[in-house]
Amino acid sequence: MSVETSKQPALTGTLPTELIRLEGVTKRFGDNTVLDGLDLSVDAGRHVTLIGPSGSGKTTILRLLMTLAKPDEGTITVDGQRLFPAPERQVREVRKKIGMVFQQFNLFPNMSVLRNLTEAPVRVLGLSKDEAEARARELLDLVGLADKCDAKPTRLSGGQQQRVAIARALAMRPQVLLLDEVTSALDPELVAGVLDLLRDIARSTDITMLCVTHEMGFARDISDQVLMFDAGRVIETGPPEKIFGDPEQERTREFISAVL
Amino acid sequence: MTWDWGAVADFLPYFFEGLVVTLEALALGSLIAFALGLVWTLLMRTPTRWVRWPVGVFTEFVRDTPLLVQLFFLFYVLPEAGVTLSPLTTGVLGLGLHYSTYTMQVYRAGIEAVPAGQWEAATALSLPVRRTWTAVILPQAVRRVVPPLGNYVIAMLKDTPMLMTIGVLEMLGRARLVSQQNFQFTEPLTVIGVAFVVVSYLASLCLRTLERRLVR
Repeated sequence: MSVETSKQPALTGTLPTELIRLEGVTKRFGDNTVLDGLDLSVDAGRHVTLIGPSGSGKTTILRLLMTLAKPDEGTITVDGQRLFPAPERQVREVRKKIGMVFQQFNLFPNMSVLRNLTEAPVRVLGLSKDEAEARARELLDLVGLADKCDAKPTRLSGGQQQRVAIARALAMRPQVLLLDEVTSALDPELVAGVLDLLRDIARSTDITMLCVTHEMGFARDISDQVLMFDAGRVIETGPPEKIFGDPEQERTREFISAVL
Repeated sequence: MTWDWGAVADFLPYFFEGLVVTLEALALGSLIAFALGLVWTLLMRTPTRWVRWPVGVFTEFVRDTPLLVQLFFLFYVLPEAGVTLSPLTTGVLGLGLHYSTYTMQVYRAGIEAVPAGQWEAATALSLPVRRTWTAVILPQAVRRVVPPLGNYVIAMLKDTPMLMTIGVLEMLGRARLVSQQNFQFTEPLTVIGVAFVVVSYLASLCLRTLERRLVR
Protein backbone atom coordinates (compact mmCIF):
# COMPACT_ATOMS: atom_id res chain seq x y z
CA MET A 1 0.00 0.00 0.00
CA SER A 2 2.58 2.53 1.08
CA VAL A 3 4.74 1.71 -1.91
CA GLU A 4 1.86 2.35 -4.23
CA THR A 5 0.93 5.71 -2.79
CA SER A 6 4.53 6.91 -2.84
CA LYS A 7 4.81 5.85 -6.45
CA GLN A 8 1.66 7.52 -7.67
CA PRO A 9 2.84 11.13 -8.05
CA ALA A 10 5.73 9.98 -10.19
CA LEU A 11 3.42 7.90 -12.33
CA THR A 12 0.95 10.64 -13.11
CA GLY A 13 1.39 11.79 -16.64
CA THR A 14 3.83 9.08 -17.54
CA LEU A 15 1.82 5.89 -17.45
CA PRO A 16 -1.75 5.78 -18.69
CA THR A 17 -4.42 5.73 -15.98
CA GLU A 18 -7.68 4.06 -16.66
CA LEU A 19 -10.56 6.52 -16.82
CA ILE A 20 -13.48 4.50 -18.11
CA ARG A 21 -14.21 0.85 -17.47
CA LEU A 22 -17.16 -1.19 -18.66
CA GLU A 23 -17.46 -4.76 -17.42
CA GLY A 24 -19.93 -7.30 -18.75
CA VAL A 25 -22.26 -4.59 -19.97
CA THR A 26 -25.41 -5.89 -21.59
CA LYS A 27 -28.18 -3.76 -23.00
CA ARG A 28 -31.35 -5.08 -24.55
CA PHE A 29 -34.24 -3.33 -26.21
CA GLY A 30 -36.99 -5.90 -26.10
CA ASP A 31 -35.67 -9.02 -27.77
CA ASN A 32 -32.86 -7.14 -29.40
CA THR A 33 -29.53 -7.40 -27.56
CA VAL A 34 -27.67 -4.24 -28.49
CA LEU A 35 -24.67 -4.80 -26.24
CA ASP A 36 -23.69 -8.29 -25.27
CA GLY A 37 -21.49 -8.61 -22.20
CA LEU A 38 -19.16 -5.85 -23.33
CA ASP A 39 -15.84 -5.22 -21.56
CA LEU A 40 -14.10 -1.99 -22.39
CA SER A 41 -11.38 0.12 -20.84
CA VAL A 42 -10.32 3.60 -21.91
CA ASP A 43 -7.27 5.37 -20.52
CA ALA A 44 -7.29 9.03 -19.61
CA GLY A 45 -6.48 11.34 -22.48
CA ARG A 46 -7.11 8.74 -25.15
CA HIS A 47 -9.07 9.47 -28.27
CA VAL A 48 -11.08 6.41 -29.06
CA THR A 49 -13.18 5.96 -32.16
CA LEU A 50 -16.04 3.50 -32.30
CA ILE A 51 -16.80 2.20 -35.77
CA GLY A 52 -19.05 -0.51 -37.10
CA PRO A 53 -22.33 -1.04 -38.90
CA SER A 54 -25.40 0.77 -37.59
CA GLY A 55 -27.20 -1.07 -34.84
CA SER A 56 -23.94 -2.58 -33.61
CA GLY A 57 -24.17 -0.78 -30.25
CA LYS A 58 -21.73 2.12 -30.66
CA THR A 59 -24.15 4.89 -29.84
CA THR A 60 -25.62 2.85 -27.01
CA ILE A 61 -22.26 2.88 -25.25
CA LEU A 62 -22.17 6.66 -25.35
CA ARG A 63 -25.73 6.84 -24.08
CA LEU A 64 -24.95 4.49 -21.20
CA LEU A 65 -21.94 6.58 -20.23
CA MET A 66 -24.02 9.76 -20.38
CA THR A 67 -26.66 8.03 -18.20
CA LEU A 68 -29.29 8.54 -20.90
CA ALA A 69 -29.93 4.81 -20.68
CA LYS A 70 -29.21 2.12 -18.12
CA PRO A 71 -27.55 -1.19 -18.80
CA ASP A 72 -29.43 -4.38 -18.02
CA GLU A 73 -26.31 -6.03 -16.66
CA GLY A 74 -22.73 -5.13 -15.91
CA THR A 75 -20.87 -2.28 -14.26
CA ILE A 76 -19.61 1.07 -15.47
CA THR A 77 -16.84 2.95 -13.67
CA VAL A 78 -15.56 6.41 -14.51
CA ASP A 79 -12.48 7.91 -12.88
CA GLY A 80 -12.57 5.28 -10.14
CA GLN A 81 -16.19 5.97 -9.25
CA ARG A 82 -19.07 3.69 -10.02
CA LEU A 83 -21.55 5.13 -12.49
CA PHE A 84 -23.68 2.02 -12.71
CA PRO A 85 -24.99 0.58 -10.57
CA ALA A 86 -24.74 3.52 -8.19
CA PRO A 87 -26.98 5.67 -6.00
CA GLU A 88 -28.52 8.67 -7.77
CA ARG A 89 -26.40 11.08 -5.74
CA GLN A 90 -23.20 9.49 -6.98
CA VAL A 91 -24.49 9.30 -10.55
CA ARG A 92 -25.00 13.06 -10.44
CA GLU A 93 -21.41 13.60 -9.33
CA VAL A 94 -19.85 11.25 -11.87
CA ARG A 95 -22.01 12.62 -14.68
CA LYS A 96 -20.39 16.04 -14.30
CA LYS A 97 -17.13 14.57 -15.55
CA ILE A 98 -18.75 13.65 -18.85
CA GLY A 99 -19.95 15.84 -21.70
CA MET A 100 -21.74 14.87 -24.87
CA VAL A 101 -22.28 16.30 -28.33
CA PHE A 102 -25.29 14.99 -30.21
CA GLN A 103 -26.03 14.26 -33.82
CA GLN A 104 -28.92 16.77 -33.80
CA PHE A 105 -27.00 19.41 -31.77
CA ASN A 106 -29.85 19.73 -29.24
CA LEU A 107 -29.13 23.35 -28.42
CA PHE A 108 -31.77 25.05 -26.28
CA PRO A 109 -33.71 27.12 -28.82
CA ASN A 110 -35.28 29.33 -26.17
CA MET A 111 -31.89 30.62 -25.02
CA SER A 112 -29.27 32.77 -26.69
CA VAL A 113 -26.06 31.10 -27.78
CA LEU A 114 -24.27 32.61 -24.81
CA ARG A 115 -26.85 31.36 -22.34
CA ASN A 116 -26.67 27.89 -23.84
CA LEU A 117 -23.06 27.96 -22.66
CA THR A 118 -23.55 29.62 -19.28
CA GLU A 119 -26.71 27.92 -18.03
CA ALA A 120 -25.10 24.72 -16.76
CA PRO A 121 -21.82 26.22 -15.47
CA VAL A 122 -23.85 28.69 -13.39
CA ARG A 123 -26.52 26.23 -12.24
CA VAL A 124 -24.43 23.10 -11.84
CA LEU A 125 -20.84 24.18 -11.20
CA GLY A 126 -21.86 27.28 -9.27
CA LEU A 127 -19.83 29.73 -11.33
CA SER A 128 -20.76 33.38 -11.08
CA LYS A 129 -22.53 34.82 -14.11
CA ASP A 130 -19.41 36.84 -15.00
CA GLU A 131 -17.07 33.86 -14.75
CA ALA A 132 -19.41 31.73 -16.81
CA GLU A 133 -19.77 34.40 -19.49
CA ALA A 134 -16.02 34.93 -19.67
CA ARG A 135 -15.53 31.20 -20.12
CA ALA A 136 -18.32 31.05 -22.68
CA ARG A 137 -16.90 33.91 -24.74
CA GLU A 138 -13.48 32.25 -24.70
CA LEU A 139 -15.01 29.03 -25.99
CA LEU A 140 -17.10 30.74 -28.62
CA ASP A 141 -13.93 32.42 -29.77
CA LEU A 142 -12.27 29.00 -29.95
CA VAL A 143 -15.05 27.63 -32.13
CA GLY A 144 -14.99 30.77 -34.28
CA LEU A 145 -18.42 32.10 -33.30
CA ALA A 146 -17.54 34.95 -30.95
CA ASP A 147 -19.86 37.25 -32.90
CA LYS A 148 -22.91 34.99 -32.37
CA CYS A 149 -23.20 35.36 -28.58
CA ASP A 150 -26.62 36.98 -28.67
CA ALA A 151 -28.03 35.04 -31.60
CA LYS A 152 -30.73 32.42 -31.13
CA PRO A 153 -29.45 28.97 -32.11
CA THR A 154 -32.10 28.56 -34.80
CA ARG A 155 -30.54 31.49 -36.66
CA LEU A 156 -27.31 29.54 -37.13
CA SER A 157 -26.36 27.02 -39.78
CA GLY A 158 -26.11 23.37 -38.80
CA GLY A 159 -22.32 23.57 -38.70
CA GLN A 160 -22.43 26.64 -36.49
CA GLN A 161 -24.98 25.01 -34.21
CA GLN A 162 -22.78 21.98 -33.82
CA ARG A 163 -19.76 24.14 -32.99
CA VAL A 164 -21.84 25.90 -30.34
CA ALA A 165 -22.88 22.49 -29.01
CA ILE A 166 -19.23 21.48 -28.75
CA ALA A 167 -18.43 24.72 -26.93
CA ARG A 168 -21.40 24.12 -24.63
CA ALA A 169 -20.12 20.67 -23.70
CA LEU A 170 -16.61 22.02 -23.09
CA ALA A 171 -17.94 24.83 -20.88
CA MET A 172 -18.53 22.19 -18.20
CA ARG A 173 -14.82 21.22 -18.37
CA PRO A 174 -15.58 17.52 -18.64
CA GLN A 175 -12.86 14.90 -18.46
CA VAL A 176 -14.62 12.86 -21.09
CA LEU A 177 -16.21 14.13 -24.27
CA LEU A 178 -18.66 11.85 -26.04
CA LEU A 179 -19.24 12.59 -29.71
CA ASP A 180 -22.25 10.88 -31.24
CA GLU A 181 -22.09 11.06 -35.04
CA VAL A 182 -21.67 14.79 -34.73
CA THR A 183 -21.41 15.43 -38.47
CA SER A 184 -24.15 13.07 -39.69
CA ALA A 185 -26.85 15.74 -39.72
CA LEU A 186 -24.72 18.36 -41.45
CA ASP A 187 -24.66 19.45 -45.05
CA PRO A 188 -21.49 18.08 -46.66
CA GLU A 189 -19.83 21.49 -47.00
CA LEU A 190 -20.20 22.14 -43.27
CA VAL A 191 -18.61 18.90 -42.11
CA ALA A 192 -14.99 19.98 -42.50
CA GLY A 193 -15.33 22.98 -40.16
CA VAL A 194 -16.66 20.82 -37.34
CA LEU A 195 -14.08 18.09 -37.85
CA ASP A 196 -11.21 20.62 -37.93
CA LEU A 197 -12.44 22.05 -34.65
CA LEU A 198 -12.53 18.59 -33.06
CA ARG A 199 -9.02 17.86 -34.34
CA ASP A 200 -7.84 21.09 -32.71
CA ILE A 201 -9.49 20.15 -29.44
CA ALA A 202 -8.05 16.66 -29.58
CA ARG A 203 -4.55 18.05 -30.14
CA SER A 204 -4.61 20.94 -27.71
CA THR A 205 -6.36 19.43 -24.68
CA ASP A 206 -5.95 16.30 -22.61
CA ILE A 207 -9.66 15.56 -22.76
CA THR A 208 -10.62 11.94 -23.27
CA MET A 209 -12.75 11.46 -26.36
CA LEU A 210 -15.10 8.70 -27.33
CA CYS A 211 -16.26 9.23 -30.82
CA VAL A 212 -18.87 7.40 -32.87
CA THR A 213 -18.39 8.37 -36.49
CA HIS A 214 -18.73 7.32 -40.08
CA GLU A 215 -16.00 9.75 -41.12
CA MET A 216 -13.19 7.28 -41.51
CA GLY A 217 -10.61 9.90 -42.48
CA PHE A 218 -11.38 11.80 -39.32
CA ALA A 219 -11.28 8.61 -37.25
CA ARG A 220 -7.85 7.80 -38.66
CA ASP A 221 -6.66 11.34 -37.89
CA ILE A 222 -7.66 11.86 -34.33
CA SER A 223 -7.82 8.48 -32.71
CA ASP A 224 -5.20 6.58 -30.77
CA GLN A 225 -7.43 3.60 -30.73
CA VAL A 226 -10.21 2.29 -32.92
CA LEU A 227 -12.84 -0.16 -31.75
CA MET A 228 -14.62 -2.17 -34.39
CA PHE A 229 -18.13 -3.15 -33.32
CA ASP A 230 -20.34 -5.84 -34.66
CA ALA A 231 -23.55 -7.18 -33.16
CA GLY A 232 -22.99 -5.71 -29.72
CA ARG A 233 -19.38 -6.81 -29.30
CA VAL A 234 -15.99 -5.31 -29.97
CA ILE A 235 -14.59 -7.66 -32.57
CA GLU A 236 -11.32 -5.90 -33.12
CA THR A 237 -9.35 -3.12 -31.52
CA GLY A 238 -6.09 -1.43 -32.34
CA PRO A 239 -4.38 1.74 -33.49
CA PRO A 240 -5.95 3.34 -36.58
CA GLU A 241 -3.05 2.30 -38.85
CA LYS A 242 -3.75 -1.32 -38.09
CA ILE A 243 -7.54 -1.22 -38.25
CA PHE A 244 -7.66 0.80 -41.43
CA GLY A 245 -4.48 -0.62 -42.97
CA ASP A 246 -4.28 -4.24 -42.07
CA PRO A 247 -7.20 -5.47 -39.98
CA GLU A 248 -7.14 -9.00 -38.66
CA GLN A 249 -10.83 -9.71 -38.86
CA GLU A 250 -12.52 -10.37 -42.14
CA ARG A 251 -15.62 -8.53 -40.86
CA THR A 252 -13.56 -5.40 -40.17
CA ARG A 253 -12.00 -5.58 -43.62
CA GLU A 254 -15.43 -5.84 -45.21
CA PHE A 255 -16.83 -2.94 -43.22
CA ILE A 256 -13.93 -0.66 -43.98
CA SER A 257 -13.85 -1.37 -47.67
CA ALA A 258 -17.62 -0.77 -47.74
CA VAL A 259 -17.48 2.68 -46.12
CA LEU A 260 -14.23 4.02 -47.60
CA MET B 1 -91.11 44.25 -31.94
CA THR B 2 -89.72 47.73 -31.46
CA TRP B 3 -86.28 48.82 -30.47
CA ASP B 4 -86.22 51.19 -27.55
CA TRP B 5 -83.00 53.09 -26.99
CA GLY B 6 -84.41 54.21 -23.68
CA ALA B 7 -84.41 50.61 -22.52
CA VAL B 8 -80.77 50.31 -23.56
CA ALA B 9 -79.88 53.39 -21.55
CA ASP B 10 -81.76 52.05 -18.54
CA PHE B 11 -79.93 48.76 -18.76
CA LEU B 12 -76.39 50.13 -19.26
CA PRO B 13 -75.49 50.83 -15.61
CA TYR B 14 -76.50 47.27 -14.69
CA PHE B 15 -74.81 45.95 -17.78
CA PHE B 16 -71.46 47.38 -16.73
CA GLU B 17 -71.77 45.84 -13.30
CA GLY B 18 -72.48 42.53 -14.98
CA LEU B 19 -69.59 42.96 -17.40
CA VAL B 20 -67.17 43.53 -14.53
CA VAL B 21 -68.38 40.34 -12.84
CA THR B 22 -68.11 38.36 -16.07
CA LEU B 23 -64.57 39.58 -16.68
CA GLU B 24 -63.64 38.90 -13.08
CA ALA B 25 -64.96 35.36 -13.29
CA LEU B 26 -63.19 34.85 -16.60
CA ALA B 27 -59.84 36.23 -15.43
CA LEU B 28 -59.76 34.38 -12.12
CA GLY B 29 -61.23 31.23 -13.61
CA SER B 30 -58.57 31.25 -16.33
CA LEU B 31 -55.77 31.77 -13.83
CA ILE B 32 -56.98 28.82 -11.79
CA ALA B 33 -57.42 26.70 -14.92
CA PHE B 34 -53.91 27.55 -16.13
CA ALA B 35 -52.23 26.94 -12.77
CA LEU B 36 -54.22 23.89 -11.71
CA GLY B 37 -53.91 22.31 -15.16
CA LEU B 38 -50.15 22.57 -14.89
CA VAL B 39 -50.27 20.98 -11.45
CA TRP B 40 -52.31 18.06 -12.82
CA THR B 41 -49.92 17.64 -15.73
CA LEU B 42 -46.87 17.54 -13.50
CA LEU B 43 -48.56 15.17 -11.04
CA MET B 44 -49.44 12.87 -13.93
CA ARG B 45 -45.73 12.70 -14.74
CA THR B 46 -44.59 11.62 -11.28
CA PRO B 47 -43.16 8.13 -11.16
CA THR B 48 -45.51 6.91 -8.40
CA ARG B 49 -48.74 5.45 -9.64
CA TRP B 50 -50.33 6.25 -6.26
CA VAL B 51 -50.26 9.88 -7.32
CA ARG B 52 -51.01 9.40 -11.02
CA TRP B 53 -53.96 7.09 -10.51
CA PRO B 54 -56.13 9.28 -8.25
CA VAL B 55 -55.26 12.41 -10.23
CA GLY B 56 -56.15 10.63 -13.46
CA VAL B 57 -59.49 9.38 -12.13
CA PHE B 58 -60.42 12.71 -10.55
CA THR B 59 -59.63 14.83 -13.61
CA GLU B 60 -61.35 12.37 -15.93
CA PHE B 61 -64.42 12.55 -13.71
CA VAL B 62 -64.43 16.35 -13.71
CA ARG B 63 -63.90 16.50 -17.47
CA ASP B 64 -66.73 14.07 -18.16
CA THR B 65 -69.39 15.69 -15.97
CA PRO B 66 -71.24 18.89 -16.91
CA LEU B 67 -69.99 22.18 -15.55
CA LEU B 68 -73.50 23.03 -14.41
CA VAL B 69 -73.68 19.91 -12.25
CA GLN B 70 -70.29 20.79 -10.76
CA LEU B 71 -71.43 24.33 -9.98
CA PHE B 72 -74.54 23.02 -8.23
CA PHE B 73 -72.43 20.53 -6.34
CA LEU B 74 -70.00 23.19 -5.16
CA PHE B 75 -72.80 25.58 -4.28
CA TYR B 76 -75.27 23.27 -2.57
CA VAL B 77 -73.20 20.36 -1.31
CA LEU B 78 -70.05 22.05 -0.01
CA PRO B 79 -71.97 24.11 2.59
CA GLU B 80 -73.24 20.82 4.02
CA ALA B 81 -69.61 19.94 4.60
CA GLY B 82 -69.20 23.27 6.39
CA VAL B 83 -67.58 25.14 3.50
CA THR B 84 -69.60 28.18 2.56
CA LEU B 85 -68.34 30.33 -0.28
CA SER B 86 -69.80 33.35 -2.01
CA PRO B 87 -71.55 32.67 -5.34
CA LEU B 88 -68.76 34.34 -7.31
CA THR B 89 -66.00 32.44 -5.50
CA THR B 90 -67.87 29.20 -6.06
CA GLY B 91 -68.31 30.06 -9.73
CA VAL B 92 -64.67 30.96 -10.22
CA LEU B 93 -63.57 27.72 -8.55
CA GLY B 94 -66.01 25.73 -10.65
CA LEU B 95 -64.88 27.28 -13.92
CA GLY B 96 -61.19 27.00 -12.98
CA LEU B 97 -61.48 23.39 -11.87
CA HIS B 98 -63.54 22.31 -14.86
CA TYR B 99 -61.28 23.95 -17.40
CA SER B 100 -58.10 22.80 -15.63
CA THR B 101 -58.97 19.30 -16.79
CA TYR B 102 -58.79 20.58 -20.36
CA THR B 103 -55.69 22.73 -19.94
CA MET B 104 -53.87 19.76 -18.46
CA GLN B 105 -54.25 18.01 -21.79
CA VAL B 106 -52.97 21.08 -23.61
CA TYR B 107 -49.92 21.19 -21.35
CA ARG B 108 -49.31 17.49 -21.77
CA ALA B 109 -49.35 17.80 -25.54
CA GLY B 110 -47.09 20.87 -25.37
CA ILE B 111 -44.58 19.13 -23.13
CA GLU B 112 -44.57 15.95 -25.18
CA ALA B 113 -43.91 17.99 -28.31
CA VAL B 114 -40.56 19.18 -26.90
CA PRO B 115 -38.02 16.85 -28.56
CA ALA B 116 -36.41 14.15 -26.42
CA GLY B 117 -33.04 15.63 -27.42
CA GLN B 118 -33.75 18.61 -25.19
CA TRP B 119 -34.06 16.35 -22.15
CA GLU B 120 -30.93 14.51 -23.19
CA ALA B 121 -28.94 17.71 -23.62
CA ALA B 122 -30.09 18.86 -20.18
CA THR B 123 -29.00 15.54 -18.68
CA ALA B 124 -25.66 15.72 -20.48
CA LEU B 125 -25.13 19.14 -18.88
CA SER B 126 -26.13 17.75 -15.47
CA LEU B 127 -28.93 20.30 -15.14
CA PRO B 128 -31.11 19.43 -12.15
CA VAL B 129 -34.58 18.15 -13.04
CA ARG B 130 -36.32 21.20 -11.64
CA ARG B 131 -34.11 23.54 -13.64
CA THR B 132 -34.62 21.45 -16.77
CA TRP B 133 -38.34 21.99 -16.39
CA THR B 134 -38.23 25.71 -15.69
CA ALA B 135 -35.44 26.74 -18.05
CA VAL B 136 -35.67 24.28 -20.91
CA ILE B 137 -38.92 22.35 -21.23
CA LEU B 138 -41.67 24.71 -20.07
CA PRO B 139 -40.42 27.77 -21.99
CA GLN B 140 -40.48 25.69 -25.15
CA ALA B 141 -43.86 24.19 -24.32
CA VAL B 142 -45.39 27.61 -23.68
CA ARG B 143 -45.30 28.72 -27.29
CA ARG B 144 -47.10 25.55 -28.29
CA VAL B 145 -49.81 25.84 -25.65
CA VAL B 146 -50.83 29.48 -26.08
CA PRO B 147 -53.17 29.01 -29.05
CA PRO B 148 -55.17 26.10 -27.58
CA LEU B 149 -55.25 27.74 -24.14
CA GLY B 150 -56.65 30.85 -25.81
CA ASN B 151 -59.47 28.81 -27.29
CA TYR B 152 -60.37 27.53 -23.84
CA VAL B 153 -60.42 31.07 -22.47
CA ILE B 154 -63.01 31.97 -25.08
CA ALA B 155 -64.97 28.79 -24.39
CA MET B 156 -64.89 29.67 -20.70
CA LEU B 157 -66.20 33.15 -21.45
CA LYS B 158 -69.19 31.58 -23.11
CA ASP B 159 -69.76 29.35 -20.08
CA THR B 160 -69.80 32.23 -17.59
CA PRO B 161 -73.62 32.66 -17.92
CA MET B 162 -73.96 29.34 -16.10
CA LEU B 163 -72.85 31.15 -12.97
CA MET B 164 -76.22 32.87 -13.06
CA THR B 165 -77.76 29.65 -11.83
CA ILE B 166 -75.94 29.91 -8.52
CA GLY B 167 -76.81 33.58 -8.09
CA VAL B 168 -73.85 35.35 -9.64
CA LEU B 169 -75.06 38.52 -11.31
CA GLU B 170 -72.86 38.44 -14.37
CA MET B 171 -74.04 39.84 -17.70
CA LEU B 172 -76.84 37.38 -18.35
CA GLY B 173 -77.99 37.50 -14.75
CA ARG B 174 -78.22 41.27 -14.93
CA ALA B 175 -80.00 41.18 -18.27
CA ARG B 176 -82.56 38.73 -16.96
CA LEU B 177 -83.17 40.74 -13.80
CA VAL B 178 -83.69 43.98 -15.69
CA SER B 179 -85.78 42.32 -18.39
CA GLN B 180 -88.13 40.76 -15.90
CA GLN B 181 -88.63 44.05 -14.11
CA ASN B 182 -89.36 46.04 -17.27
CA PHE B 183 -90.75 43.30 -19.53
CA GLN B 184 -88.28 44.42 -22.20
CA PHE B 185 -86.12 41.50 -23.21
CA THR B 186 -84.80 42.51 -26.62
CA GLU B 187 -82.50 45.33 -25.64
CA PRO B 188 -80.66 43.83 -22.63
CA LEU B 189 -80.15 40.49 -24.37
CA THR B 190 -78.89 42.16 -27.53
CA VAL B 191 -76.51 44.34 -25.57
CA ILE B 192 -74.94 41.38 -23.78
CA GLY B 193 -74.80 39.40 -27.02
CA VAL B 194 -72.76 42.17 -28.58
CA ALA B 195 -70.64 42.37 -25.45
CA PHE B 196 -69.78 38.64 -25.69
CA VAL B 197 -68.70 39.10 -29.29
CA VAL B 198 -66.55 42.13 -28.43
CA VAL B 199 -64.87 40.46 -25.45
CA SER B 200 -64.20 37.26 -27.43
CA TYR B 201 -62.77 39.24 -30.30
CA LEU B 202 -60.53 41.35 -28.06
CA ALA B 203 -59.34 38.22 -26.27
CA SER B 204 -58.45 36.53 -29.55
CA LEU B 205 -56.59 39.65 -30.69
CA CYS B 206 -54.53 39.63 -27.48
CA LEU B 207 -53.80 35.96 -27.99
CA ARG B 208 -52.69 36.42 -31.54
CA THR B 209 -50.28 39.16 -30.46
CA LEU B 210 -48.95 36.99 -27.67
CA GLU B 211 -48.56 34.10 -30.08
CA ARG B 212 -46.60 36.18 -32.56
CA ARG B 213 -44.31 37.36 -29.80
CA LEU B 214 -43.64 33.86 -28.54
CA VAL B 215 -42.99 32.37 -31.93
CA ARG B 216 -40.27 34.86 -32.71
